[in-house]
Amino acid sequence: MKQLLSFIRKEFHHIFRDKATVMILLLMPIIQIILFGFALSQEVKNTKVVVLSTTSDEATRRIINRIDASEYFDVVGTVHNSDEIDAAFRDGKAKLAMIFEDHFSENLKHTGKSHIQLIADATDPNAANSFMFYASNIITNYQQDISQPQSGGGMIVPEVKMLYNPQMKSAFNFVPGVLGMIMILICAMMTSIAIVREKEMGTMEILLVSPMKPMYTILSKISPYFVLSVINFATIMLLSVFVLKVPIAGSFISLFIVSLLYIFVALALGLLISTVTNSQLAAMMISGMGLMIPVMLLSGMIFPIENMPAFLRFISNFVPARWYIDAVKTIMIKGLGLGAVLKDVGVLVLMGTVLVTISLKKFKVRLE
Amino acid sequence: MGVRGLNMDTVIKVENLTKRFGNFTAVDNISFEVKRGEIFGFLGANGAGKTTAMRMLCGLSIPTEGKGTVAGYDIFKQPELIKKSIGYMSQKFSMYEDLKVWENLELFGGIYGMNDKVIKQKTDELMIKLNFEDERDKLVKSLPLGFKQKLAFSVSIFHQPQVVFLDEPTGGVDPITRRRFWEMIYDATAQGITVFVTTHYMDEAEYCDRVSIMVDGRIEALDSPDNLKKQFNAKNMDEVFQQLARKAKRVDN
Amino acid sequence: MYTIEVKNLYKNYYSDKSGKFAGIGKKPNTEDDSNSVPLQGLGAGISFDVNRGEIFGIIGPDGAGKTTLFRILTTLILAESGTATIDGFDVVKDYKEIRKRVGYMPGRFSLYQDLTVEENLEFFATVFNTTIEENYELIKDIYVQIEPFKKRRAGKLSGGMKQKLALSCALIHKPSVLFLDEPTTGVDPVSRKEFWGMLQKLREQGITILVSTPYMDEASLCDRIALIQNGQFLKIDTPQYIVSQFADVLWAAKSDTMHKLLEDLRKDEQVKSSFAFGDSIHITSPLNPPEGDLNSLSIDKLTKYLTKIGHKNVEIKEIEPTIEDCFMNLSQTK
Repeated sequence: MKQLLSFIRKEFHHIFRDKATVMILLLMPIIQIILFGFALSQEVKNTKVVVLSTTSDEATRRIINRIDASEYFDVVGTVHNSDEIDAAFRDGKAKLAMIFEDHFSENLKHTGKSHIQLIADATDPNAANSFMFYASNIITNYQQDISQPQSGGGMIVPEVKMLYNPQMKSAFNFVPGVLGMIMILICAMMTSIAIVREKEMGTMEILLVSPMKPMYTILSKISPYFVLSVINFATIMLLSVFVLKVPIAGSFISLFIVSLLYIFVALALGLLISTVTNSQLAAMMISGMGLMIPVMLLSGMIFPIENMPAFLRFISNFVPARWYIDAVKTIMIKGLGLGAVLKDVGVLVLMGTVLVTISLKKFKVRLE
Repeated sequence: MGVRGLNMDTVIKVENLTKRFGNFTAVDNISFEVKRGEIFGFLGANGAGKTTAMRMLCGLSIPTEGKGTVAGYDIFKQPELIKKSIGYMSQKFSMYEDLKVWENLELFGGIYGMNDKVIKQKTDELMIKLNFEDERDKLVKSLPLGFKQKLAFSVSIFHQPQVVFLDEPTGGVDPITRRRFWEMIYDATAQGITVFVTTHYMDEAEYCDRVSIMVDGRIEALDSPDNLKKQFNAKNMDEVFQQLARKAKRVDN
Repeated sequence: MYTIEVKNLYKNYYSDKSGKFAGIGKKPNTEDDSNSVPLQGLGAGISFDVNRGEIFGIIGPDGAGKTTLFRILTTLILAESGTATIDGFDVVKDYKEIRKRVGYMPGRFSLYQDLTVEENLEFFATVFNTTIEENYELIKDIYVQIEPFKKRRAGKLSGGMKQKLALSCALIHKPSVLFLDEPTTGVDPVSRKEFWGMLQKLREQGITILVSTPYMDEASLCDRIALIQNGQFLKIDTPQYIVSQFADVLWAAKSDTMHKLLEDLRKDEQVKSSFAFGDSIHITSPLNPPEGDLNSLSIDKLTKYLTKIGHKNVEIKEIEPTIEDCFMNLSQTK
């Protein structure tokens, strides 16, 4: 045990004495989140709104007034049919359209139920998501006000419709994507480089010619990168919740468990790379080209998997990040529990087990 | 061994050359001259400042103080011209292992601006002289160490430099190859090339016309091997070296 | 029982760097046999034994197979055929046992450059399940010289100091056998002498040392040596015995024009070999010339001849061969 602890301490020395690398590893997630997050505009103030209403009644006017009064919206005009909405969106004259159903007030009074359709230009999905949320809020507030006994009450049902990007692809996608990428980078690339460096330096020879168990060598090489990955996970979570306002809809514990699993798979990959390479350069090339590019292109982070050609879709099944990103989306955005990601978890467990078995088999007790 | 060649002009001349890194003086106020056609042995313990001094002479590092010329060019102002007029060979890097013998010659000839016709002609001559005609199309990495060494030296003087710097050229080589290598050095001086060489083999110090011994960044002794042996009352150069280098205070580099 | 027993060891090893045969033993079934000399009675592989408490030197140039041999004996690579035991343990079967009891200093500097002197030593102590205090006596003489710099990173040490640190690290677990692969390569003569002084002291403490070096002058500091070239042992014995077995007559020649002297001697057919050796030229000629051969070479004859063709102050005397002379002589007779 003392052997292991002393070895792990040495690994932390290696990492923290290489200040430049530590800074890069710790700052990288922050920079990536900020770049991805702010490249997508967060500005939803004074969103331009057009209104389509056939009957100009009291309730309609009040809702329009409330919307207009809010700092988030500017009602810029009225339109008369859905073609004009399209035109307004295309010309950039409006981002949001509100369509009141016929006889809005009357329906509300008599049936106690009325519909408003909210149509958003979702080309900037992040922004669309935000202002849709604000608009719904305003309408709900209005509804609560009129629910007072003297007003007669009623229920307004907003129907939300996103144009151009109906599934809100990539809205919150980049957070899971960045998670998937950073973990691979730190665990797989850095671990493999760290092990191969011992080979290059000749220190591996001395370690081999010692009673040190190979398992200890592996564990201690892995541990600092495990810690770094957990730190990065926490950084990304904090940034996405507090800076990007992307909430964690599901359980944080589930998210953490899935992430640990993914880190494990990534470390196993790094280990495998280190057993087949003898130079830091080769390790970097393999993890760079062999891991980063599939993570970026085949994991669903940038291109939706369902739109890929069958062959690439097949290949994407072997990219661990694909399953991880899917699981993170399900838990973090859809708010579902571990039960909903059993398939993802199963695949990751399988991948991890296979990789660890292969690399332990390949990890040599000799030089060749 | 006497001084070869009639042309006695000076190829290397340095005065009060100093190089400091922060408050560490790697090379401390050294002065010496090397004559054309001379074999100049540059000895010193590890960390005495040999490598730093040699880098300055090769135009790779600008001195902190002092002045000097190599091949007639100023080491402060004309390092690029110096690089054109010198050759360099070290044990660590000699040639591109994954290129063929003639490709290496062509490459280095090209780097030094020789024209293709001259390169081809000189390559032919060299292959005959070294008895290398069969190896011409072989990859350098397939050659035995001794061959590589001969070839590396030939490459370093391929462009007829005024002076060639040899940094521990014979490390790890078997004793016969080592001696054959020195015979090649003699041939080069016969062509008028000046040789500036470092070595850890003290018997090789005896083959030099003059030897300087650096201790803690300074040149503590400079003379012909015979004179040095007399001066230090020593049987051989090893004893001279041991007497001087033991005085070293500096333990780090 | 010998501390190290090597029988018929053979390894056909191609180094990745040069793609050349860098192994030990004789390459079997090859047309190109010019590189390897099978030693009589040893068959295809190499064999030798090392006694307890002995300094055994493996002496030969780069690429002779020294590192391959060290790696087989330290259980880092497997031989293709032949057996080897360390302290009675087989290098293949009992590699775990061997790894507990040997110290190894590989050829290149292999400590952690970004750890301090002290951290390196502590690390290797724990790797071998021991502490610095436990075996401090053994490394004391060496370590006190670098102790003033214990807070310094190993990468910032000079060559000689690195070497002392590496030796301290290899000794920290009080190994019974110490393997030193070219510990003095690239090290200046003063530090080399110091290093060998340290080895003598370790031997007094009963540690068996197998050491390799390309410097022939270090041979006389070993109890026994093996001269190695192209993966073959040219000779195994004490340095004194090897010197006494020198097959030819050896003379040292000097004149005022040394370079011309060498050229002229090379032209002389009766001179078997002539090479520069420090300030003189060493000449060998056959010890037992054919009987009644009036032309056989003598110092007198050669001096007269050289003077006649224009050499001044010719001086030739018979000398004791050095190990380097022996090595050259043996490797030429192949």
